[in-house]
Amino acid sequence: MKKAIITVVGKDVVGIIAKTSAYLAKNNINILDISQTVVQEYFNMMMIVDITSCRKSFEDVAAGLGELGQAMGLKIRCQKSEIFEKMHRV
Amino acid sequence: MINITEVLETNKMILEENLDVRTITMGISLLDCADASLKTTCDNIYAKLTTYAKDLVKTGDEIGREFGVPVVNKRISITPAAIVGSACCKKPSDFVKIAKTLDRAAKKVGVNFIGGYSAIVSKGMTKADELLIRSIPEAMAVTERICSSVNVGSTKTGINMDAVRLMGDIIKAAAERTKDRDSIGCAKIVVLCNAPDDNPFMAGAFHGVSEADAIINVGVSGPGVVNHVLKSIRGADFETLCETIKKTAFKITRVGQLVAQEASARLGVPFGIIDLSLAPTPAIGDSVADILKEIGLEHPGAPGTTAALALLNDQVKKGGVMASSYVGGLSGAFIPVSEDQGMIDAVNAGALTIEKLEAMTCVCSVGLDMIAIPGDTPATSIAGIIADEAAIGMINQKTTAVRIIPVAGKTVGDTVEFGGLLGYAPVMKVSKFSCADMISRKGRIPAPIHSFKN
Repeated sequence: MKKAIITVVGKDVVGIIAKTSAYLAKNNINILDISQTVVQEYFNMMMIVDITSCRKSFEDVAAGLGELGQAMGLKIRCQKSEIFEKMHRV
Repeated sequence: MINITEVLETNKMILEENLDVRTITMGISLLDCADASLKTTCDNIYAKLTTYAKDLVKTGDEIGREFGVPVVNKRISITPAAIVGSACCKKPSDFVKIAKTLDRAAKKVGVNFIGGYSAIVSKGMTKADELLIRSIPEAMAVTERICSSVNVGSTKTGINMDAVRLMGDIIKAAAERTKDRDSIGCAKIVVLCNAPDDNPFMAGAFHGVSEADAIINVGVSGPGVVNHVLKSIRGADFETLCETIKKTAFKITRVGQLVAQEASARLGVPFGIIDLSLAPTPAIGDSVADILKEIGLEHPGAPGTTAALALLNDQVKKGGVMASSYVGGLSGAFIPVSEDQGMIDAVNAGALTIEKLEAMTCVCSVGLDMIAIPGDTPATSIAGIIADEAAIGMINQKTTAVRIIPVAGKTVGDTVEFGGLLGYAPVMKVSKFSCADMISRKGRIPAPIHSFKN
């Protein structure tokens, strides 16, 4: 399984999860886990997703999510999960 | 499974605290490019570099985008050019042709530096070594992306004082040759003692003869991350301080290890080493000096600076070694002056002198780095400074280096602008007392004894 971590950071608005998951569904990306917190009115969300069956290249997905974020006034980043696993697990 | 706090912590390091992978450096052996004909040698060099490194920049950028961490520099290190050109170069200008070939190759593959316009002369100089050294001022003036280094000593061999004296003259000549650009030629020349074969950082990178045909070495960075985490434990005891630096260094280095392994797999080139470094840039918040201040100094250069730096350097290594399968290069905190805003501030405040920097180089990586001095400093005084650093390296079995810029036409109180990663620097005072009679002696300083450590 190829995993990626999607993070969404910004001012909370209606439809963040809906729009992000619609984009993922359209690209055949399965959501494995979602968690979120709100820190000082800022919305922080993390999704762990499975990109194994996605037909687009990783860079295109990341760019697409970035644009989706911009349209909502948010920062959406999509990163391969190894950077977090390597940094926080021995 | 990874949790949101950890993910946010990593991204904060990248987005707010300047965490990056400073360089992916591909070491490439040019030994098989050597030929009795200069033209054939140059053609071979160009062909090999542009084949082996053709995807280096693209791959580095791809890895950066996929993991969301900047891979700032993509670079190449080569077999010391004095060896590669020894059969075909009969005069310094022949070596300059090799330098121009390297520069063309660098531009073709898109790397911002090629290191290894070098000579390893720790015990003696071959004719080719001397020709290469004499070609350095011209080579640095007519190329953009070439870095030069000369290893003048080692713990095993002692110090080649003939090479030290020559390098004093060469640095002066390089400053004069690039005087219209604030003597920037000297910013690409470093004189080393105990130079490592696998250093990914410029200006001292070269691909030693002990290395394989090609290798991927990675230099990590992240002084901003260490500084930020130390702010959160202000006033804590030394145990907490050291543990915190160690853990942070571990995290930073793991990112480098990941990027190195990815680059190695994608390029089909074996992974060499991670250089565990805290490498500052002129960007605000990306400063080793700021860490020293956070430890509790008003400015670097204050009493206690050497102890603070020793502590920092040691913890970075302890944390980093655990995070990487192979460690090498220069591995330690860098203390360049022009590339670190906190260091520049300390010099301007009168807190930091060359003499204190020299003491600091005893306990950290690497040496007197990116220091502007008056243009009228005698070549013998520059050679004396090089000899002092080489002696520290030789006796303490560590790498030391001097990258010093005698800026033509400038004096103490002036400022020099190098631009980009090289930053800017106030011109620092050099002792006015002479060492000319010592430097004029011929020969070498013998290798030191390895017992009676006092």
